[in-house]
Amino acid sequence: MSTAIKSLARHQHWLALLVVGVVLLLVPFVAALGGQAWVRIANFAILYVFLALGLNIVVGYAGLLDLGYVAFYAVGAYTYALLASPHFAIHLPFWVILPLGAGLACVFGVLLGAPTLKLRGDYLAIVTLGFGEIIRIFMNNLNAPVNITNGAQGITLIDPIRIGGFSLSQSSTFLGVTLSGPQKYYFLLVGLAILVIVINIRLQDSRIGRAWQAIREDEVAAKACGINTRNIKLLAFAMGASFGGIAGGVFSAMQGFVSPESFSLMESITILAMVVLGGMGHIPGVILGAVLLTGLPEALRYGIEPLQKMVFGRLLIDPESLRMLVFGLALVLVMRFRPAGLWPSPQRRRELSESTD
Amino acid sequence: MSAQQVLLEAHAVAKHFGGVKALHDVSLTIRRGEIYGLIGPNGAGKTTFFNCLTGLYKNESGHFVFDGARLAADAPHKAAEVGIARTFQNIRLFGNMTAIENVMVGRHLRTRAGVLGAITRNASTRAEEAAIARRAEELLHYVGIHERAHDYAKNLSYGDQRRLEIARALATEPKLLALDEPAAGMNGTETDALRVLVEGICRDGVTVLLIEHDVKLVMGLCGRVAVLDYGEKICEDVPAVVQRDPRVIEAYLGGSLA
Repeated sequence: MSTAIKSLARHQHWLALLVVGVVLLLVPFVAALGGQAWVRIANFAILYVFLALGLNIVVGYAGLLDLGYVAFYAVGAYTYALLASPHFAIHLPFWVILPLGAGLACVFGVLLGAPTLKLRGDYLAIVTLGFGEIIRIFMNNLNAPVNITNGAQGITLIDPIRIGGFSLSQSSTFLGVTLSGPQKYYFLLVGLAILVIVINIRLQDSRIGRAWQAIREDEVAAKACGINTRNIKLLAFAMGASFGGIAGGVFSAMQGFVSPESFSLMESITILAMVVLGGMGHIPGVILGAVLLTGLPEALRYGIEPLQKMVFGRLLIDPESLRMLVFGLALVLVMRFRPAGLWPSPQRRRELSESTD
Repeated sequence: MSAQQVLLEAHAVAKHFGGVKALHDVSLTIRRGEIYGLIGPNGAGKTTFFNCLTGLYKNESGHFVFDGARLAADAPHKAAEVGIARTFQNIRLFGNMTAIENVMVGRHLRTRAGVLGAITRNASTRAEEAAIARRAEELLHYVGIHERAHDYAKNLSYGDQRRLEIARALATEPKLLALDEPAAGMNGTETDALRVLVEGICRDGVTVLLIEHDVKLVMGLCGRVAVLDYGEKICEDVPAVVQRDPRVIEAYLGGSLA
């Protein structure tokens, strides 16, 4: 009897995965019914899942509050843009640039991590915030005396991801199914997201994951246990940054255009909000946070205008400001009533319930 | 005393906090296999000595020679690496991790798996992970709290938390186990059980350095005792002699009157 229940539970596990798989497969086609813009929104949602899970390693696992995460995203994006565009007339293939971007972002992660090792909490947040801004300002001003980043104009005509003659930006037909450019990027992004999810899960229950958790709980005790907290913290920064670098590269290729304004402080805060709102350190929560915070503003953008017309017969409030208002209110409400996030890990819920006692 | 017998030598260790001399040229020698007691009134510098020894503080002058090699100051993880493990006066466990996870963190130092191993979960990583869990379970058995293995550390009783801290320290495979007031806040039964545990640890080949307020416990357990007062070592001998030393009596009963 108990074995029957167990096998049922195991089947449910596989069934759930199957359902998720089918849904993921259908999303780009359903979204395409509303136009390719919706496929792009889905793509961004998954790109943000990827970014948020990268940041989750730094913030959720190691407990290091990083407000400059977007800097690594920018490093990856500009690495791709400079090495695959007419700007320098260099056109390297993506499988060279993406790892290069990840590696460079990783170096920047260590550069940021090293001086901040002794800082915690709000102090760390301020320094990382500054770092994020420094990178953005560099991108904005590295156009003179030698034009490297093309300043505020940004870099255009960036190559799409291309494998041989097969480009991800044009539509093509497989087995009678026509896939548009954004739809193809969608599947690439889903693949990357699955990869980062697996890495997050596996790191969590590992020697390294336990060391991160120990540092988050009590750094002095972690040191006394023989954990080299300097290296382990740098490792968290480096890993988080590498994921940011990869995401940046894909972003560059997908958009075909990068400029410094894509990497503002607001972007860092949004990614952090995804992690916190969803449930810090809890993978399903972070995914939920990323999807909601990408999807909700778009849904509000398209939904509010018709709604106002329907209810009031005319447009009362500018949809753009109302959108931000509703969005902000939603954030405040969630943090007030679910401080551990929408879908927190059992552990984080415990930590927070303890501190409010 | 031959070099073989000596595990730890402190050479004129001094530590100041601003104008306050917390430790004033403290020298002492701990032999392999003994239980060495460090006692003294409140504020005598016992914990400061511990913190210098384990690298949490950097001593201004003097140095430690452990197991024949000089200890790097100001590097707690290195102290643990050469074989000095400690517990804390105010228990410092990883409260939101289970008891067994706490001990598994202690295995960090003696295991190797890195990020790549964790991500690929290759055979050697899986084997190492299983060995970590097995050793952690053994240690929980050893200190007698295996029934609480999957409880969160912060939910354990006070005595069990002390034991868990000892298990976590033992997981680092120390040569010297430094216990900072392990009996503080324990009742008589718990203290007796602790005595049995510490004796067992010593019998199993780990040298023990014990800071304790409970003079009775120290006198019963320790082979030799050093007494600190105002950051200075005023006495070092077997308990029977220390107990009768006039300076020690003075320190404990109020030196200002003398």
